[in-house]
Amino acid sequence: MTAGDDTRAALPAPLAELAEDFHAVSEKDRLQLLLELSQELPALPERYAGHLDQMERVDECQSPVFLAVEVADDPEQTVSLYFDAPAEAPTTRGFAGILHEGLDGLPAEEVLGVPDDAPYRFGLAEAVSPLRMRGMVGMLGRIKRQVRMRREALSLGGGA
Amino acid sequence: MSLPHDTDPKLAAYAHPERLVTTAWLAEHLGDEGLVVLESDEDVLLYDTGHIPGALKLDWHTDLNDPLTRDYVDGERFAQVMGSRGISRDTTVVIYGDKSNWWAAYALWVMTLFGHEDVRLLDGGRAAWIAEGRELTTEVPTPQSVDYPVVERDDTTVRAFKDDVLAHIGQPMVDVRSPGEYSGELLHMPDYPQEGAMRGGHIPGARSVPWARAANEDGTFRSREELEAIYLQEQGLQPSDDVVAYCRIGERSSHTWFVLTHLLGFEKVRNYDGSWTEWGNSVGVPVER
Repeated sequence: MTAGDDTRAALPAPLAELAEDFHAVSEKDRLQLLLELSQELPALPERYAGHLDQMERVDECQSPVFLAVEVADDPEQTVSLYFDAPAEAPTTRGFAGILHEGLDGLPAEEVLGVPDDAPYRFGLAEAVSPLRMRGMVGMLGRIKRQVRMRREALSLGGGA
Repeated sequence: MSLPHDTDPKLAAYAHPERLVTTAWLAEHLGDEGLVVLESDEDVLLYDTGHIPGALKLDWHTDLNDPLTRDYVDGERFAQVMGSRGISRDTTVVIYGDKSNWWAAYALWVMTLFGHEDVRLLDGGRAAWIAEGRELTTEVPTPQSVDYPVVERDDTTVRAFKDDVLAHIGQPMVDVRSPGEYSGELLHMPDYPQEGAMRGGHIPGARSVPWARAANEDGTFRSREELEAIYLQEQGLQPSDDVVAYCRIGERSSHTWFVLTHLLGFEKVRNYDGSWTEWGNSVGVPVER
């Protein structure tokens, strides 16, 4: 690790691993990796499929994308993430794929600790243009906000 | 060495039918010598999920914009971008893309700055091709590089800068953004990322004609008659008018620039590519709400 890296908050392990994968390849292959992640984004479970009204729309993205966050009532408060984005928006799907692969199944505390600049750590800004990166920043912000809300709801329901 | 024009009757009614091809024409001419097909999308990965066989990708951001200055590439870089795709000065280029051809029209407009003679748009773009069930492939061609001359960009004919627009106030101007952006209620189009303008509203005197009015549901252009009803009868514009079009970053207004210039035959239309991201952030320029 270089001195520069020390000043930046660390990414959770799965997200950090993904960032390493992106940095290990050329710019062209980075786009290919993003495309693969977009294709691997899991389909919505039945409770969300066809119920986009129960999901949150991410307005920062240039294409319609919806997300839902669940926080389990277990000691770790495990986070589950669900995304819906059309096949005609592979970049947006790819961003969702990175966040799904890197954050799904982590404890709430770890998700909340993800630095807000995380989207810029995949070496994608050059390849997809900085303008487009805002979509992923928006997704991350909304995920963290939803985790906070769900966690509050859990503590109110359980403790009080 | 130009390819034959598409003689489809719908296109024939337009002022410059040679600037447009139908999906049927393109399907028939794919692989013809002297033709290069380019896909230019808003979504940078879309091309890789499948494209028209033989088409090459052109990225508006990384291929056409200078990475440092807020401007287009220079003649040398443009020659590289073209030459590496097997395009020479006399190649017939057909451009298509997603989102009703916004970026395709933008790419065509940038090629116009460099005076590329024969560049055409695919009516309906990517969506029309797919809707008709036409072939897509993920195979990426490897074109043989050719020499494209280093041409100096002409920024005087179809492009307007902020000072040109200031001097133009009082003459015909078309704001192609959504009504909410025009009124100043929104600083960006609905559901799109905030582009960071300090003020909302429109340039004084600009008429609100959202770009989408020029397109059918399926992304193809409206007929000449329908377009005349909007721009000539309703808005009172004349083909001899000196018109400036703008939007937020210049892509949607490229679409309207294409409509006015090539479909309706307006003689002098300039695209203000600085658009609202520049105007809404400029100190001291007049804003109307």
